[in-house]
Amino acid sequence: MPDGGIGAPTKRREDTRFLTGRGKYTDDITPQNTSYCAFARSQVANGKINSIDTSQATKMPGVLAAFTGEDFVEVGSNPAGWLINSRDGEPMKEPKRPVLAHGKVRHVGDAYAAVVAETLEQAMDAVEAIEADIDELDAVVDMASAVADPGTLVHDEIETNICFDWGWIEDNRAATDEAIKNAPHVTTLELVNNRLVPNALEPRASIGEYDPGTGDYKLTTTSQNPHLSRLLVSAFVLGIPENKLTVLAPDVGGGFGSKIYHYGEEALVLAAAKKLGRPVKWTATRTESFLSDAHGRDHVTKIELACEKDGSFIAFRTETLANVGAYLSNFSTATPTFLHGTLMAGNYTVPNVYVNVKAVFTNTAPVDAYRGAGRPEATFSLERVIDKCARELGIDPVEIRRKNFIKKDQYPFATAAGLEYDSGDYDALMDGLEKVADFAGFEARRAASAKEGKLRGLGINSYVEACGIAPSNLVGILGARVGLYDAATVRVNPTGNISVMVGAHSHGQGHETAFPQIVADMLGVDAQTVDIVHGDTSKIPFGMGTYGSRSLAVCGSAVFRATEKVIRKATLIAAHMLEDSPENIEFSDGVFAIKGTNKTVGFGDVALKAYIPHDYPIDAIEPGLEETAFYDPANFTYPSGAYASEVEVDPETGKVTVCSMVALDDFGVVVNPMIVTGQVEGGLAQGIGQALLENGVYDENGQLLSGSFMDYAMPRADDLPSFVVDHSNETRCTHNPIGSKGCGEAGAIGSPPTIVNAVVDALARGGHDVDHIDMPVSPSRVWAAMNP
Amino acid sequence: MPKITMNINGRDMSAEVENRTLLATMLREKLHLKGTHVGCDTSQCGACVVHVNGKAVKSCTIFASELDGATVDTIEGQANTDGSLNVIQQAFQDHHGLQCGFCTPGMVMSAAALLKDNPKPSEAEVREYLEGNICRCTGYQGIVNAIMAASGQDVPSVAAE
Ligand code: FES
Ligand code: FES
Repeated sequence: MPDGGIGAPTKRREDTRFLTGRGKYTDDITPQNTSYCAFARSQVANGKINSIDTSQATKMPGVLAAFTGEDFVEVGSNPAGWLINSRDGEPMKEPKRPVLAHGKVRHVGDAYAAVVAETLEQAMDAVEAIEADIDELDAVVDMASAVADPGTLVHDEIETNICFDWGWIEDNRAATDEAIKNAPHVTTLELVNNRLVPNALEPRASIGEYDPGTGDYKLTTTSQNPHLSRLLVSAFVLGIPENKLTVLAPDVGGGFGSKIYHYGEEALVLAAAKKLGRPVKWTATRTESFLSDAHGRDHVTKIELACEKDGSFIAFRTETLANVGAYLSNFSTATPTFLHGTLMAGNYTVPNVYVNVKAVFTNTAPVDAYRGAGRPEATFSLERVIDKCARELGIDPVEIRRKNFIKKDQYPFATAAGLEYDSGDYDALMDGLEKVADFAGFEARRAASAKEGKLRGLGINSYVEACGIAPSNLVGILGARVGLYDAATVRVNPTGNISVMVGAHSHGQGHETAFPQIVADMLGVDAQTVDIVHGDTSKIPFGMGTYGSRSLAVCGSAVFRATEKVIRKATLIAAHMLEDSPENIEFSDGVFAIKGTNKTVGFGDVALKAYIPHDYPIDAIEPGLEETAFYDPANFTYPSGAYASEVEVDPETGKVTVCSMVALDDFGVVVNPMIVTGQVEGGLAQGIGQALLENGVYDENGQLLSGSFMDYAMPRADDLPSFVVDHSNETRCTHNPIGSKGCGEAGAIGSPPTIVNAVVDALARGGHDVDHIDMPVSPSRVWAAMNP
Repeated sequence: MPKITMNINGRDMSAEVENRTLLATMLREKLHLKGTHVGCDTSQCGACVVHVNGKAVKSCTIFASELDGATVDTIEGQANTDGSLNVIQQAFQDHHGLQCGFCTPGMVMSAAALLKDNPKPSEAEVREYLEGNICRCTGYQGIVNAIMAASGQDVPSVAAE
């Protein structure tokens, strides 16, 4: 293997431009003659639009055009990507999601008009001059009341606030109920998975362009998956043929889910560009991001764990209300269902699982996948109720988990929640955790904290999650409206350097560095001679972008398959050059050789021959050396981990300090350990943020109270400890060619229950009988729990 | 509109700006220095940090029109004269102190200001100094390690040579 192959902690090549101010994010791009767009957004959570008068606004200096919902009544709706059926077989309710609100505004921040002007300042001034006559109506905010008393409806036409009432697995319901009824012990826990605002640091931005000469459109946008945006704009919303629309996602400043989806602003800048014959650019302010980006989580759950007196699990049953906000964002229906309910067996051999999820419309921003998407919610519910159960039964939290773990010789393991885990070794992770987190030294550290007047607690967690959602023929049966493969083209250029066009998109994950490591490893070439092309639908094959920790497991596998095809063809060419039959040719470290001889030809010479086929069997082998592979995985991948954290609680104030955070993960084969470590660390920060700081809060009128960085507490450097991250416990994924499982979301999945378990442990050791504290575990909540 | 001249990264640069134009806007929109980023509208994120007369400043909080004659340093002027990464930039690459890169210009400029005042900060001092810079990607670990390493302190390396 040359330097820089699979397993090398190669420095990131993309860093050079980011560190010198030469990144190119959407807002950095200003095509010639650009005009600027600003949106008028609803100040009320629920309102009937009587009229919107833009006549004054259009007379303002520099204003080129104004748009309202009226201008888009003819165009299509932005759809949900997954059709969920309710328990009774009825399809989910799917209200229209227009480009601009029409008839009603449904959440604070819902855009109802837009202005395009010569300058951004002029556009913003003109928005102020729009006269909107909107009658404020009662808002639906609280999920329980939205369900119990549907007097106020988010969407009048669907006559309910329940999008769907889903059971998983419905056929297991009766057996699970029965098992719980007869169980010797049942632990029940009601909990909230707090609403989060993704807050990628780069706000969303979009530039629409239209060329009247060719009829071609171009959308430059902050997207995690440009082909999805193109598909939705083309086939659903504006009807622009795909061959007339290029979607470009240049450098993107973080996504965490919020930039997976197609948003109305993208359609608007395209329509405006067509109308004006000029580029139209919009960049969100942070305030607009808070109000209009898809939020995450927001579940209210009751979970029951039934077990034997010795802690052997018999059943998990959950009832969840999942907020979907005012409109169905593209993945919003898959997130609380197939990305959540299917994981409710956790790492355990539990025989009965039943999950009920009611998705609820409210007058709040849409809620969709945010880092982890459904799996953090599953893990949090499970790992919290398990801790509570262990406490009730007087069993050590490590012991109760080990007792129920799927053992390493049980794979492939079919869980009671309908998945088949292919590999893992949860005991090995727990063994490692006990050492790395130094459980043995905890008591001494606790005593030291106690001397300082602090309560110290130790929390642990084990998780398993599912990445690279697949395969297409199964998810199709389950309601997915798209395929979930990915694609790559490996183009070997005549002089032997390589361009790889991928469907995945990097917005921080380092694909430009990691994907070449795969190709370099397989071809025996220097990784520096391999470049990645991504984010441009006119150049890359149709792929599904980057989310759900899928890029390496799915798109990386496509890169692997395409590279295999390149090797197969190159072997034919090499056989011709070496005047032997292909069966006698072997390839390693960049050299083709006749087996058992020293007759060889290098990969570079073969590449050149492919493009200069003078002496070449054209009738048997086509010229050129370029191959494409579409890879549709056979199964999800199942990363897992064991986490531990120690916290100190100040009994005077209730403030929680995270003293340590140890994450042991099994990601299967790791391609670039430096990047993987960074992914885990970022996830840990977001998970600790959820556990201690972050909270998306609406008041009863549907006003977002935490609508800026002043009110929404983002984790800062001094809120976090140094992390200990270890991913040396590898069990290969058995069904993809690289053996990788995915690492992007793990930290955000494993850490929230770890932290809350640690806080509850600290309080228990301090003599406080506290079962649970909802996240964020803020000083006031902790103090209130200690002083009931 | 008044014409404002500043010495930016060692060169005099001028632009006509409205009174309400922020320094960040002037740098990005008038002078095409897009390396300075804007991540918020409440002066909370630090993506826009530059140096004005040698001090770290959030360029979204200050009007360009008040800075006639000032000396301004931005991310574009940080690399060594031969174009190679300076010590801080190199440390960020070596310690994986960036992912999406959006907070990075502000982080590098803040780090430079910190190390100027405090050449050997403790980890706690680094974390506290970065209180005004949000990174949503890295969990700060790589950033803190990079700044410690740039100040000559021993930090375990994560990247290959
Ligand atoms: S843009 Fe200046 S602090 Fe956020
Ligand atoms: S690297 Fe993305 S915000 Fe810091």
